[in-house]
Amino acid sequence: MAETKVIMPQMGESIFEGTITKWLKKKGDRIERDEALFEISTDKIDSEIPSPASGVVQDILVKEGQTVQINTVVAVIGDGSAKPAAEAPPAKEPAQEAPKMKEGPAPGGGGPVPGVEEETEAEESPLDEGVRSSPLVRRIAKERGIDVSALAGKGTGINGRITKRDILSYIEQGGKAAQPSVSPPQSGGAARSAGLVNQTPPSPPPMKFTGEVERVPLTAMRKAIAEHMVMSRKTSAHVTTLFEVDCSHIVKAKEKQQAEFQRSGVKLTVTPFFVQAAANALKRFPVVNSSLDGDTVVYKRPINIGIAVNLEWGLIVPVIKNADEKNLFGLAKAVNDIGERARNKKLTPEDVKDGTFTITNPGQYGGLAGTPIINQPQVAIMGMGGIKKRAVVIDDAIAIRPMIMLSLSFDHRVIDGAVADQFMADIQKQLENWQS
Amino acid sequence: MALTTYVEAIRQGIWEEMEKDERVFVLGEDVGIYGGAFKVTAGMLERFGEWRIIDTPISESGIVGAAIGAALMGMRPVAEMQFADFISCAFDQITNFAAKCRYRWGAGVPIVVRGPSGGGVHGGPFHSQNPEMYFVHTPGLKVVCPATAYDAKGLIKAAIRDPDPVIYFEHKFLYRRVKEDLPADDFVVPIGKAAIRRLGTDITVVTYGAMLYIALDAAKELEKEGIDLEVLDLRSLLPFDKEAVIESVKKTNKVILLHEDTQIGGFAGELAAIISEEAFEYLDGPIRRITAPDTPVPYSPPLEEFFLPKVSDVVRVAHELYAY
Repeated sequence: MAETKVIMPQMGESIFEGTITKWLKKKGDRIERDEALFEISTDKIDSEIPSPASGVVQDILVKEGQTVQINTVVAVIGDGSAKPAAEAPPAKEPAQEAPKMKEGPAPGGGGPVPGVEEETEAEESPLDEGVRSSPLVRRIAKERGIDVSALAGKGTGINGRITKRDILSYIEQGGKAAQPSVSPPQSGGAARSAGLVNQTPPSPPPMKFTGEVERVPLTAMRKAIAEHMVMSRKTSAHVTTLFEVDCSHIVKAKEKQQAEFQRSGVKLTVTPFFVQAAANALKRFPVVNSSLDGDTVVYKRPINIGIAVNLEWGLIVPVIKNADEKNLFGLAKAVNDIGERARNKKLTPEDVKDGTFTITNPGQYGGLAGTPIINQPQVAIMGMGGIKKRAVVIDDAIAIRPMIMLSLSFDHRVIDGAVADQFMADIQKQLENWQS
Repeated sequence: MALTTYVEAIRQGIWEEMEKDERVFVLGEDVGIYGGAFKVTAGMLERFGEWRIIDTPISESGIVGAAIGAALMGMRPVAEMQFADFISCAFDQITNFAAKCRYRWGAGVPIVVRGPSGGGVHGGPFHSQNPEMYFVHTPGLKVVCPATAYDAKGLIKAAIRDPDPVIYFEHKFLYRRVKEDLPADDFVVPIGKAAIRRLGTDITVVTYGAMLYIALDAAKELEKEGIDLEVLDLRSLLPFDKEAVIESVKKTNKVILLHEDTQIGGFAGELAAIISEEAFEYLDGPIRRITAPDTPVPYSPPLEEFFLPKVSDVVRVAHELYAY
């Protein structure tokens, strides 16, 4: 007989836990291999997790809304036969296996198995381990909305315990004392006034408001975005440059190729044009495709362009790998594909990894231009404003042209204004002279 | 003005109450002609006469029984146990009778049973005990343990005026060792109220009786290293000042419970339970107890010294807790 344990997958390198947002099957349900079993939310992506095996959901060990570490067993898929699950357990999670051995055969059809509920209850506690603190520290953290694990390794108590002094000084310093992993080491000319920069979150003044309110806790994704944005602001020296681009050529090219693309099932928008222009420019200006690692600029060979996708529940940046190797058709297909999968929660960790440059679309609802925040550890992000017909002066005559405002936020630690503008001028030139 | 010793403060307190209220009288072994084993009643026989200062046979049960009877007849007896160790001979009278009268028949028993307790004077196992917890465990009684001359006087007066039985444990080590300038007016110390003896920010030491001075000396030593103890003197154990304890723990977030009594079933255990029930989320470290070990009080002076909690114990535990 077979019994397969379903574990919380690692949805990306730096992810150590995930929240089960929804079980799509209940105990006793039949499930096919690769059929969606549950939905999770991590600090990078929300995703449906397929079943690793066909069978019957024999046991669900983690409740909806609960956050567990990766590799934690969250469910067991049995073969639906009425055999005891005695042989299954590999050594890793012995505590979780014990109850099932006692509980005996699951009824053939896979109805609810009596006696399992309480056993699973008991297993919830070991998940909450990690940083040593105290009841007081945990209460202060809760009241101030601080994640105690942010102080991991910073405790001055016995065995590194987080003490009252530690958390109070953490709060005093704007919640910044710990967070070693987050920002790249600062170096050389990048010295920024700690005082100024650190005053942003995470220790805002207590909220004062008289009147009815509704308090909604941040979702894992929202929290990740919040942290990532603030971290980026604190890490890079953001500067934004604006370029107005005449889109006549690409609009024409789009109209011309639309039908042809459509026949292959690919919807053509303007986005792929910008992706292609950016990919070409990135090849010519490799520093825009780099990262800063301490005192070292890391130039990345692959050109992987992330496209910010707006979702009802947040924002995600799936990545088109090796964008420079794709033609317009390939790019159009890729843009459609990642957008669709993002909205359907079908992205994999691979899809959001290893971006080297990002394009975002502040013009989606008519915005003229935006000043986007760099997606760390990248060093630049391009924002596309809305394309709108405007009166422009060409050869001393007034003409009507579809215009777009492109913005580039770049990290002045690595990129100087001249390079950024040359990079943008390159993109402008490509777009304005597009030949289809 | 001359400083008043702890023992003299008790004597003054009883004396003043006897002057004011003729229902008040003293009974006990050698309290009359001899003036009491520790001279608490010295001079009283001459002043108040043998109807109010009564020498009794050696029978603690008889002394307390007679006091209860007199109290029920409207008197305000102050019964002396020559050593608090022998209060156990009167255990039944106190716990089954004095403590229950009001609840059983609605008849209050306004007696005071007082006596010298505690070690540090090489008195051996029968003359050094701290029997307070037998009585703290008995609903219907009040139990007080003054540590200063002011409290000794203020609490004996409050005990005499109290409508219910009060067990008054004086600490014999303090009799002539602590003294202070007492106000001349008529004052009482309310039963059930603690006193903060030293304000501090890092660790609270909750204590009572002679251990107050151990805590204060330790605080002085720790102050040099920048560790700031708050010292809370309970003064009364039943009822005890829970609010004061909780408030101090909420402030310092770390607590040492210090008493001279042995550990199991000692007052520190009860305090620890209450603190963890009511101030758990304010604790930044484990609740620590410093008490005598669970043995009778040794007779040998070096052993007794080992047995009693010391300044160095408080300093050591405070170090551990501070670093925790």
